[in-house]
Amino acid sequence: MTEGAAWAILFLPLASFLVIALVIRPFLNRYDSLSGYVTILAIGAAFVLSLMALAEVASGKGEIGWAAHSWLVIGSLDISVGILMDPLTAIMLVVVSGVSLAVQIYSQGYMKGDSGYSRYFAFMSLFTASMLGLVLSRNIIQVYVFWELVGLSSYLLIGFWHDRPSAAAAAKKAFLVTRLGDVGFMLAILYLFFNREAFLSQGLNPFEIGHINLLAQGGELAGAQIVAMGSGVATWVALGIFAGAVGKSAQFPLHVWLPDAMEGPTPVSALIHAATMVVAGVFLVARFFPLFEASTTAMGVVAAIGAFTAFFAATMGLVMFDIKRVLAYSTVSQLGYMMLALGVGAYEAAIFHLFNHAFFKALLFLGSGSVNHATGTFDMRYMGGLRRHMPWTYITFLIAALSICGLFPLAGFWSKDEILVAAWNFGGGLGQVVFWLALVTAFMTAFYIFRALFMTFHGEFQGGVEAEHGGHNGGGHGVHLAESPMVMVLPMAVLAVLSIVSGFMANPLNSAWGLGVIPAHWFVDFLDHVELVSLHAAKFNLVMAALGTAVALAGIGLAYLMYYRRSVDPDDIAAGMGPGYTAAVHKYYFDNLYEDVVTRGLFYRGLALATDWIDRNIVDMAGTAIAWVGRNMGRAIGKLETGQVQAYGAGISAGLVLIVVVFVIWS
Amino acid sequence: MTLHDVYLLSPELSLAALGLVVILVDMTFRNKGLLAIVSVVGLAVPIALSLILWSDLGGEPGAQMTGIFGTLAVDKFSLFIKFLVLGVVGLVIMSSVGYVSNIRFFPGEYHGLMLFSASGMMLLAATTDLISIYIALELTSLPLAALAAFQRDSRSTEAGMKFLLLSAMSSAVLLYGMALVYGFTGTTHLDGILERLGQALDPSVPFGSYGLFIGVVMVVAGFGFKISAVPFQMWVPDVYEGAPTPVTAYLSVASKAAGFAVILRVFYVAFGEISLDWSGLFAVLSALSMTVGNLVAIAQRNIKRMLAYSTIAHAGYLLAGVAAIAARVPEGESSIGPSGVLFYLVGYAFTNLAAFFAIIAISNRTGSEMISSFAGMGRRAPLLAIVLAFAMVSLLGIPPTAGFMGKLYVFSAAMKADLAWLVVVGVVNSAVSAYYYLRVVRVMYMTDPEDEERVPVVRVPMVALYLTGLGILALGVFPGPIMNVAEKAAGVLF
Repeated sequence: MTEGAAWAILFLPLASFLVIALVIRPFLNRYDSLSGYVTILAIGAAFVLSLMALAEVASGKGEIGWAAHSWLVIGSLDISVGILMDPLTAIMLVVVSGVSLAVQIYSQGYMKGDSGYSRYFAFMSLFTASMLGLVLSRNIIQVYVFWELVGLSSYLLIGFWHDRPSAAAAAKKAFLVTRLGDVGFMLAILYLFFNREAFLSQGLNPFEIGHINLLAQGGELAGAQIVAMGSGVATWVALGIFAGAVGKSAQFPLHVWLPDAMEGPTPVSALIHAATMVVAGVFLVARFFPLFEASTTAMGVVAAIGAFTAFFAATMGLVMFDIKRVLAYSTVSQLGYMMLALGVGAYEAAIFHLFNHAFFKALLFLGSGSVNHATGTFDMRYMGGLRRHMPWTYITFLIAALSICGLFPLAGFWSKDEILVAAWNFGGGLGQVVFWLALVTAFMTAFYIFRALFMTFHGEFQGGVEAEHGGHNGGGHGVHLAESPMVMVLPMAVLAVLSIVSGFMANPLNSAWGLGVIPAHWFVDFLDHVELVSLHAAKFNLVMAALGTAVALAGIGLAYLMYYRRSVDPDDIAAGMGPGYTAAVHKYYFDNLYEDVVTRGLFYRGLALATDWIDRNIVDMAGTAIAWVGRNMGRAIGKLETGQVQAYGAGISAGLVLIVVVFVIWS
Repeated sequence: MTLHDVYLLSPELSLAALGLVVILVDMTFRNKGLLAIVSVVGLAVPIALSLILWSDLGGEPGAQMTGIFGTLAVDKFSLFIKFLVLGVVGLVIMSSVGYVSNIRFFPGEYHGLMLFSASGMMLLAATTDLISIYIALELTSLPLAALAAFQRDSRSTEAGMKFLLLSAMSSAVLLYGMALVYGFTGTTHLDGILERLGQALDPSVPFGSYGLFIGVVMVVAGFGFKISAVPFQMWVPDVYEGAPTPVTAYLSVASKAAGFAVILRVFYVAFGEISLDWSGLFAVLSALSMTVGNLVAIAQRNIKRMLAYSTIAHAGYLLAGVAAIAARVPEGESSIGPSGVLFYLVGYAFTNLAAFFAIIAISNRTGSEMISSFAGMGRRAPLLAIVLAFAMVSLLGIPPTAGFMGKLYVFSAAMKADLAWLVVVGVVNSAVSAYYYLRVVRVMYMTDPEDEERVPVVRVPMVALYLTGLGILALGVFPGPIMNVAEKAAGVLF
């Protein structure tokens, strides 16, 4: 594979965006179905190239060493761009382009007839290009550029139906909240810049990802011994980067934007807010993993935040009635799972879970979109009994649900097991807390996902959007109970297959079990190219597997009793939980806290009013005064322009004399 | 003069020959549209010859071929300026297609004079002897004076006359300065001057000797006139306003580039020994030029006059890069002062040409050069307005434009040379300049026009406009390639 082909992975979707935005939308909008084809063609090609990249990286086992290209050189400061093609990149490329391809095909059905059809595919292409660019970047500034582009395209897509006030508000919220985290990321970059001497003196570039990781751990480069930066520096840089990751991956306390982001079209939720963009934070931590490992503090923070988010988000998932919100909290919770895996040092398990999660979570979202296509609503209280009308959607949703619960032998089982083992092995007080939180989360995950499944597909149909009376109306569809068209079912079927088999990439069993095509622990070994301190390839643990399965089955069983057999009344339980239940329904009042206290109270009444006064009375006055001086000085000097040649000549002579005199006096 | 000398001089010779051919074409054919075509297509010859010379130099840094008794140097520095001048003259000729079709007299001479002047500028960058520098300077200036007076109305004639008189005076000052330098060193050759200066300098006196000091200051004054630095700038607004707009565009860009080329060559090569003395002088001139240019520009109502003061301010920014000679002191680090200046000149060429081309197109229609007459151009001429706005942003120095990158390089060079005070002055001045640059943008987009009629676009000048606009963007996003070439070119000076 040449470097040009690798760049094409980024530039194909970008070209598709430009073609749609500059050619199809202005000139050929009558043939807007072209937009869909162009997008699918570009992303399909990118997917094929990504597979080739993965194959090549896998066969060579390790990084393909392409040189960096100088972009901007000022003295010793060298900002380069280039491609970092290592196993992590290769896996992410396949996940992003693969899920994106499936979602684009599905979107052709879901978005059919929408007036913004071309705009939708233009934004989707832009998003895919940005995300692919993000994972390909070899330089932290390059990462930051694509990081922001991803944020921008997410903003555009959440607010896709911008005439809906709730969508516009959700887009704004997502943008602002993630921006809070980005400030941390930016500070980390600036911190690197101000500490650049440590890099430059050893011949390293402060912005190259490889060099940052190298300097964090110490080691050898081209025969020279590299002295590691102190763990203090590593802590600050890592925490800054983690702040960015917290925002993008919707970790506590910046999780509030993701549930609202469900205002976007459902395929967008599947691609961006389940499978790809929200895992960018996990990817970022994984990318700088040696840096995080250099700081015990940073790792502890990652583990704690991840574990708490996993638990905390799952509790809210238990009580939501909007199917997309259940899935949104589930996503937040699963992202927390990945973060906690990173925090306990199980780098490969986190990426493995990311990989599996991308497929089954995208599938769950596509299933919810399919259900919405039929019923016109997202509220599960008005669904029910859809199993009979939509068999394909039901079966694929069931597979994904079993996978996320972590039941043998589906994909989720393998990665969840590895994370639990890693947390258990981590030990210590933090390890204990993290492990038990993860286990309880596994129980809740099984419960809420089957609660959603039973409410949606079993029992009797509750009337859909017509029963909901003026509630918000999905993509503008009415009730027509029927299976979705082929273009929607087919990608779901493909993802369902992947949700079953993707787990075997790790294949924890030895080859005697007859799964010999993929070598044992292939995924883990594949990722094990960096010399990591704590990379302990998690071995399959039968006790842990049994425990995990038992917990998941318990969750499913409880959901079965409450929502299928209805032998336990959910209302009784809710009443039994008392204020805890109410708090969870109100999302623990975080939105109120941020909006009423922080935004209105602190920012508006406090900061904004004070700065407004300073601006009016001090800054503006100073501005006016300076402008007055400038304008009048300009006029005064301008008066010297008399238009007389002899005056100009005299001016030159006078200037000459003046220079001589001043120089002689001064020296 | 040997055949090898002819080969070294071939770009200039072919350009001068092209000037003659254009005049002959004018006398032979009735179709005056041919003139621009012949001029632009003919430029391919000097460009090709320069390319051949470039490849002949090979990859060795500082490679140089000398000829005509050592007075002519073909190196990457002079070739860089040659490419710049050739590109600028081509673009200006393309942009004056509309203008030329309106003049009744001497359209052939208009092109011819422009090409003659360009050959002078190319020579100016390549000569290494004070005498030939003076001749090249006159070859540059005399056609420009004629061009400034080309419109044959009172304003244009006045502009041409002023330019002629003042440039004669500054030439006299320059010659006097050169004579003093010769008197002190006994040679007019730049390398020879460097050699002599190494021997007899009195460290207690500025520039090592009062005679040399006066001489150098006079040389600075002579060149300062060409690059429109304060206090030698007073001719600029009147000439810029009165001259035909394409000529103004040409004057503001090509003439300035050639002026800076000769300053860099003379001061870095011949006066390298006394760099600490003159770098302070240039730093002060830089601060003065920026401040005066920007402050007076605020008060202007005519856009050409405003851009005249703006060009004075930009001479100031560029001089900051010249003053940053100390930037070459740390061993092993690449110098970015001269290469920054070269990059800035390219970026400034694209930016200022884009601005003037848009002004030509708009004022051809409205018949006015007042800033207020640009009202509502965002609606009346959306393409012209967007390029003009982009050029204003680049002049102001905001990313992603060539102007921003140029300022970044020049100011960081000054920063490294411990001229932090100059950088502060420069940055404050950039902020001040936002007032008048953005006023143009505001008038175009936020004021209502007097009439709604669309401004017609002429095809060939539009191509020139697009090229310059793209150039601004390209240099702003990918400065690397041009900066690489500029660094190679500047490497000759050390």
